[in-house]
Amino acid sequence: MSVLLIAEHDNKNLKPFTFNAISAASKIDAEVHVLVAGIGCESVAKEVAAVPLVKKVLLCDSPNYQNYLPENLAPLVTKNADKYDHIVASANTFGKNFMPRVAAALDTSQVSDVIKVNSPDTFVRPIYAGNALATVKSNDKKRCVTIRPTSFEPAPKTGGSAQVEKVEAVDVPNFSKFVKREETKSERPELGTARIVVSGGRGLESGDNFKLITDIADKLNAAVGASRAAVDAGYISNDHQVGQTGKVVVPDLYIAVGISGAIQHLAGMKESKIIVAINKDGEAPIFSIADYGLEADLFKALPEFLSELNKLNTIQK
Amino acid sequence: MKILVAVKRVIDYNVQIRVKEDGSGVHTDNVKMSTNPPDDNATEESVKLKESGKVKEVVAVTIGEEKAQETVRKALAVGADRGIHVKADSYIEPLGIAKILKKVVEKEKPDMVFLGKQAIDDDCNQTGQMLAAMLNWPQATFSSKVTLKDKSMEIVREIDEGLETVEVNLPAVVTCDLRLNEPRYASLPNIMKAKKKPIEQMAAKDLGVDIKNRVQQLKVEEPPKRKAGIKVANVAELVSKLKNEAKVI
Repeated sequence: MSVLLIAEHDNKNLKPFTFNAISAASKIDAEVHVLVAGIGCESVAKEVAAVPLVKKVLLCDSPNYQNYLPENLAPLVTKNADKYDHIVASANTFGKNFMPRVAAALDTSQVSDVIKVNSPDTFVRPIYAGNALATVKSNDKKRCVTIRPTSFEPAPKTGGSAQVEKVEAVDVPNFSKFVKREETKSERPELGTARIVVSGGRGLESGDNFKLITDIADKLNAAVGASRAAVDAGYISNDHQVGQTGKVVVPDLYIAVGISGAIQHLAGMKESKIIVAINKDGEAPIFSIADYGLEADLFKALPEFLSELNKLNTIQK
Repeated sequence: MKILVAVKRVIDYNVQIRVKEDGSGVHTDNVKMSTNPPDDNATEESVKLKESGKVKEVVAVTIGEEKAQETVRKALAVGADRGIHVKADSYIEPLGIAKILKKVVEKEKPDMVFLGKQAIDDDCNQTGQMLAAMLNWPQATFSSKVTLKDKSMEIVREIDEGLETVEVNLPAVVTCDLRLNEPRYASLPNIMKAKKKPIEQMAAKDLGVDIKNRVQQLKVEEPPKRKAGIKVANVAELVSKLKNEAKVI
């Protein structure tokens, strides 16, 4: 009985959510092995080996895995799946992309987006945009599971010294090609892991007006989020989208500005510890889940908010 | 070239779902149903490619109960040429759905299969990727821009970090994001015309694939309810509450 977790990284560093995935994997079984596939990614393997919950690292260093093409990565995972009862990855665009290919190759039914591990075969996962929670039992012998990273605490990062074992690359089908990746560069914290998120919706009325949001975000050292309506209207790029088809965030503080609170948006933020809603429509559904609601015109409230924040002696980082 | 587009009937995205008291699922009786939203994007893109002249035929397929046929009719009304309805009376997991679609692909021999990236009922996000793996085809998931070339497609994908561009050889599976296009509405004359377009019927159980579910649903429950908090009178009070009561800033 052991778990194979597929690490997400950029060939230099582990992506933060991998630590959450490691802690989720350890709840399935204590024997957690981590596959690091990439090119020149020995430093990543070392980083993983230092995580106390990790018992063994499988390192596959090959140009085949430089860009995590699912057509290339899935056969490698499948080949190494023999010794494991569970194959685990984060339920983000990395894990969602390749894991079903692994599950299909192993003829196993994948359990997606797990938020709680009840036992090695029983999991809780949200359905209907989180409006219902399903407890499911997998009757497959080998189980492919993706976990929702924000539902698990990140594993401690140092103190371990797992053995690193090299594994061989497998043949790749050569029918898909990576062209380019345009990552949105930002000085701000990452949306998925930020302590505070300030989000804007259609109420902002234009992309330029998002400056009102970013000014507050910068003052609070927060990430910037958006509703699907704001993204669809072209105010801000899609990687800021919070919701059923965007990112799921669980910050200490979520400030929703000019967001009415469609079911699809709530799915991405309703687990936040403290929710603030600023909206001029007092009947907006967002108020029904907000800890602090302010019924106000955002174009007046946000500049005022900034000046009140400026008056504070200290702001938590 | 030929496109197979797969569409699923789900509870309409505007409906606030209700969990059954006995924990066996959610209420579906007398609930408005419609096509899974990103499946509409998949149909729209297929029809656009047909209109560009590069694609000759668009075939829409659905798997499900009798009424699932409505989703195929809708695809026909916005421009698909013909339909396939694979009848199945109960829920089939993505693994089984992918096996059924593989059978349909083997029969229809399309150059591309378009699907929505995720169904908004079970939120699994698996079917397209599984189908691609079973066919040993490349895939492009979360697609927000599709450029069809002679023997390949260049696809812009929406990933957590931003955008990624990949090129996949044909045949390939494409799963569609909501920002791929703006699905059109069917005009009344086209709805009438769609009624005359053929829908081939077959039964899932006759296809010779193992569609037995492997994941057992033990219970479905409502998530913990979040209580509404308080309304503050002004910005100064809000900041004071965040600082001194919630202690988050």
